[in-house]
Amino acid sequence: MRKFALSKQTMNIARTQSSLISGSFLILLAILVFMLFGFGVEGEATFRLSRPSDPYALPNLVLPAESFIGIASLTIAFFGARLIVKAPKEYSVIFAISFFLAIATFLVWATAGKSFSLTGMLQATVVRAVPIALAAMAGIMCERVAVINIGIEGMMLAGAFAGAFFGSIFGSVLGLLIAIAVGGIFGLMLALLVVTFRVDQIIAGVAINILVLGLTSFFTSHLLKKNPHLNDTAVFKSIQIPILADLPIIGPMLFRHNIFVYLAILIVFSTTFYLFKTAYGLRARAVGEHPKAAETLGISVIKTRFINVIIGGMIAGFGGAWFTLGSVGRFDEGMTGGRGFIGLAAMIFGRWHPVGALLAALVFGFADSLQQKLAILRTPIPSEFLAMAPYIVTIIVVAGIVGSARPPQAIGKAYIKEN
Amino acid sequence: MKIELKEISKSFGPVAANTKINLSVSSGEVLGLLGENGAGKTTLMNILTGLYQPDSGQILIRDQERKFYNPRDAIKNGIGMVHQHFMLVPVFSVSENVILGNEPITNVNRINKKEAREEVLKISSKYNLDVDPDELVERLPVGVQQRVEIIKILFREAELLIFDEPTAVLTPQEVLDFFRIVSNLKKSGKAIIFITHKLHEVIQICDRINVLRRGEMVGEANPKKTSNSELAELMVGRSVNLKTKRPKINRGKVLLETKNLQVMSNKKEMGLSNINLKLHENEILGIAGVQGNGQTEFIEALTGLRKISSGEISYFDKRYTNLSPRKIHKMGIKHIPEDRQKQGLINEFSIIENVVLNTYYEDAFSNNISLNWNSAKSEAARVMKQFDVRASSETIPANNLSGGNQQKLVIGREMSRKINLLIASQPTRGVDVGSIEYIHSQIISARNAGIGILLNSTELEEIIALSDRIIVFFEGKIVAELSSNTDPQIIGMAMAGVVN
Repeated sequence: MRKFALSKQTMNIARTQSSLISGSFLILLAILVFMLFGFGVEGEATFRLSRPSDPYALPNLVLPAESFIGIASLTIAFFGARLIVKAPKEYSVIFAISFFLAIATFLVWATAGKSFSLTGMLQATVVRAVPIALAAMAGIMCERVAVINIGIEGMMLAGAFAGAFFGSIFGSVLGLLIAIAVGGIFGLMLALLVVTFRVDQIIAGVAINILVLGLTSFFTSHLLKKNPHLNDTAVFKSIQIPILADLPIIGPMLFRHNIFVYLAILIVFSTTFYLFKTAYGLRARAVGEHPKAAETLGISVIKTRFINVIIGGMIAGFGGAWFTLGSVGRFDEGMTGGRGFIGLAAMIFGRWHPVGALLAALVFGFADSLQQKLAILRTPIPSEFLAMAPYIVTIIVVAGIVGSARPPQAIGKAYIKEN
Repeated sequence: MKIELKEISKSFGPVAANTKINLSVSSGEVLGLLGENGAGKTTLMNILTGLYQPDSGQILIRDQERKFYNPRDAIKNGIGMVHQHFMLVPVFSVSENVILGNEPITNVNRINKKEAREEVLKISSKYNLDVDPDELVERLPVGVQQRVEIIKILFREAELLIFDEPTAVLTPQEVLDFFRIVSNLKKSGKAIIFITHKLHEVIQICDRINVLRRGEMVGEANPKKTSNSELAELMVGRSVNLKTKRPKINRGKVLLETKNLQVMSNKKEMGLSNINLKLHENEILGIAGVQGNGQTEFIEALTGLRKISSGEISYFDKRYTNLSPRKIHKMGIKHIPEDRQKQGLINEFSIIENVVLNTYYEDAFSNNISLNWNSAKSEAARVMKQFDVRASSETIPANNLSGGNQQKLVIGREMSRKINLLIASQPTRGVDVGSIEYIHSQIISARNAGIGILLNSTELEEIIALSDRIIVFFEGKIVAELSSNTDPQIIGMAMAGVVN
C-alpha cells in the first residue's frame, strides 16, 4: 500500500526510453503521411461548412492541398524530433495534435480538387456515436458492479429487432419501450447466469450473443420475410431545437437530431450523476471494487449487481432500437455490426467513466462517418478498406491505451456469500 | 451496555467451527479473545457481526435476545468490526469509505459531501484519530487505514468494537498508537473485543482474556495474574517452548553478496535501490520491515523471479544475475516463498506432486519421458517423516493439510535436498504455535550445520528471536544494519524510516 518514488535517475531513464520510442513513432508517421499523400496531389480541397440555406451561412474552407500536406507532415516530424530531444511532459497533447494533423492530411488529400461537407461529416459523427456510446453506458453500468457484459452486442440486436417488430405493430413509441424492456430481460438473464449461478461471465455473455443472433435470424426468415408489414416501422423524426439549431456547424452537429441523440446525451450525464454523486452510485462502485467491504456494511452485493445489470441491459436495448427506430425503420440480420463490442472498447478507452466513454464513442463515430463520407468522394482506396476504419481504430486504441487503464478491482469475479 | 453470546454453535459441513461458546463483554471493558489460526475466533465474530448465522445459540444485548440476519442488523444494534483484512475501498476517499452504506443525502439521493466530511472530522477530533477525509485510502499507510476503519465503525455509533488481529500489519510504533486509541475508546465507554494470537498484547491491554481452541472456549484468564506460557498452554493444549535457543557460533565465509542491486517493481513507481549486503555461512540474516517496502522484490530478484535492472549478485564468489529460478535452485539456493498457497504449493496437487514440484526432472524421478512415481512417493514419505508433516497419506491434495503442515511440507521440500543458502520468507505466517516452535528449531539447526539463511519476516519478534544480524528495509532501501540484541524500539523506528 505504501507508495514511494523511484529514484530520479531510474525515472529519467524510463522517461527517455518511452519518449525515444514515441518520438520515432511520430517521425515514422510523418514520413508515412508524406509518402502516401504528398505525391501527385493538385488543386484545392474545399470543405463546406454550411448549406446555402442556413440562416448564418459560413464561407467554405479552402486549403491548397500540396502545401497543406507538406506543412502538416513537417509539423508532425518536428513534434517527433522534439519528443526525442526534450521529452516534454505534455506528450499526450503532442500525440493528439499529430494524429489530428495526420487525419486532416488524409482528408485534404482525399478532397483535393473536390468539395466535401465537413459539417455533414461531423453531424454523422454524432449520429454514429450514439449506438456506440449507449453500448458503452450499458457496459459501464455492468462493469462498475464488476459484471463483465460481453452480451451487449446481443442485447442491442434484440432491442433492434423488438423495436422494428413491435414498432411496426404498435407504433414507434411503444416499440421503443418494448425494445428497452427486452434489453432489460436479457440483462436479467445475464444477472441470473453470472450473479446467481456464477457462470463464467465471458461465456454467459457470448451465450447471449449467440442466442440472440439465432433467435433474430430465425424470426427474420420465418416471420418478417413473409410479412413485410411487420418489418416496416415509423422512424422517430428529427427535432430541431429552436435557435440553437440555426447556429453554424454546432447547430447541425448537435441540435438537429432525433430523440435518440438527445436521450443518449441525457443518459451519459445521468449515468455520471448516478455513479459519482448519489449514494446508490457510491454503493454500486463499492460493490465493483470490494464487494466484501460493501457486504460488511450491510449493502447487498447480489441485489446491487442485479439492479445495475438490468439497467445496463435496458440501455443496451435502447441503443439497439436506434438501429431500427432511430435510423432505417426496418430490421436486418446482424445489423448492429459489432457496435456493442466497439462500445466496450469505448468504455475501456474512456476509463469506465461515462463522459470519457462518450468522447471515445465520438472518436469511433468519427471513423465510422469518415468511411461513409469518403465512399462518396471516390478515393482510390477500395471501399472495403474504408469500411474497416472503425474497427482499425478500435484495435489501435485498445492496443495502445487499454493496458494502462484500471478496471474495477472485482471485475469478472463471482461473489460468494458465505453463511 | 452488555453483549452476551450463549451456547453459540456453527459448523461448515462436517467441520465444527464453534461449539457451544459463551462469552460476554460490557461497556468500558476490553475482552481479549485468544486462539490459534483456525480456532474459530473469526467465525465467532462473523456471527456477532451478522455475516454468518449461528446453527444454534443466542445473542443477547442488554439481556434481550437479538437475531442478526445480515450485517445491517448488527450495525443497527451497535456492533462494529475492524476486519483483519481491511474492508476499505482503495480508490475511494476516506470520507466515502466512512459513509458507505449510511450516506447522508440531500435531494435525489445525492450525497452530501460537506456533511460527510464534517462527520469524519468530528469523530476524528473527538477520539483523537488523525486523518484527512479527502485523501484516497490507497495512498494511506496501513496504520492510518486502520484509523479509517475505526472511524467507520464509530460513525455508525457502535457501542461494541471488535478488532480482528489488529496489530498484524502494524509497525511497533503504530502498535503503540493503536493501544492508545483502544484505551481512549475504553474510557469513552465503548466495549471492545480484541482478537489476537499474540500473547503479550492481550496481557498488556485486556481486562479479561478468553481462550479458544478447536472451536471451543477452553479457559478464561486474568491478565494481571497469568503468564505467556500459561496462555500458550491453554491455546495449544500442551506446554510449549516459547524461547528459541540460538547457540553462539562463529560465522563462516561469505556466501552471498549483492552490490548496488536495483530492481523495478510491478508499479513503475516503486523499486529497490542500491542494495548492498553480505550473508555468511552459519549465519541468519533477518530482514525487518513493514510489508511492501521492497522485501518481496528483493527476494524475487535473488531467486530469479524478477529481473534485475542493474547491480550484481554473487554466490560463492561467482556472479549470478538474471539466471532462471531452476538454475538458481540447482546451485543450492532454496526458497520458502512468502505465500505458501499461491507460490509454495499447487493446492490441488497431491503431496507427492508437490514434493517433486521443482525436482521432477532429475534422474531420480524422471527418465525424460515419464515420471517415476514410486521414487517420488518414497521421497514424499521421507520428507513427511523428516519434517513432521502430518497427513493421512501422501496422495491427498495439499489443500487438505492444515496451514502448519502445508508450511512444513514446503520447508521439507526445500531443506531436504542439497542446500547451501536458504531464503525464507514469512516461514511461520498463519501457522500454529506448535509448528512455529518446530520450524524455528529447523532453521536454527540448519544454521548450525553451516547453511546461510536470509530470513524475511514482518513479525519483528521472529526476526529478533532468530537473527544473528538484522537489516531493515524501508522504501526500497536498507536503512539500518543492527545486531540482534538491539532494542526492539530502535528496530521499530528504523522500520518507520527513522534512523539516527
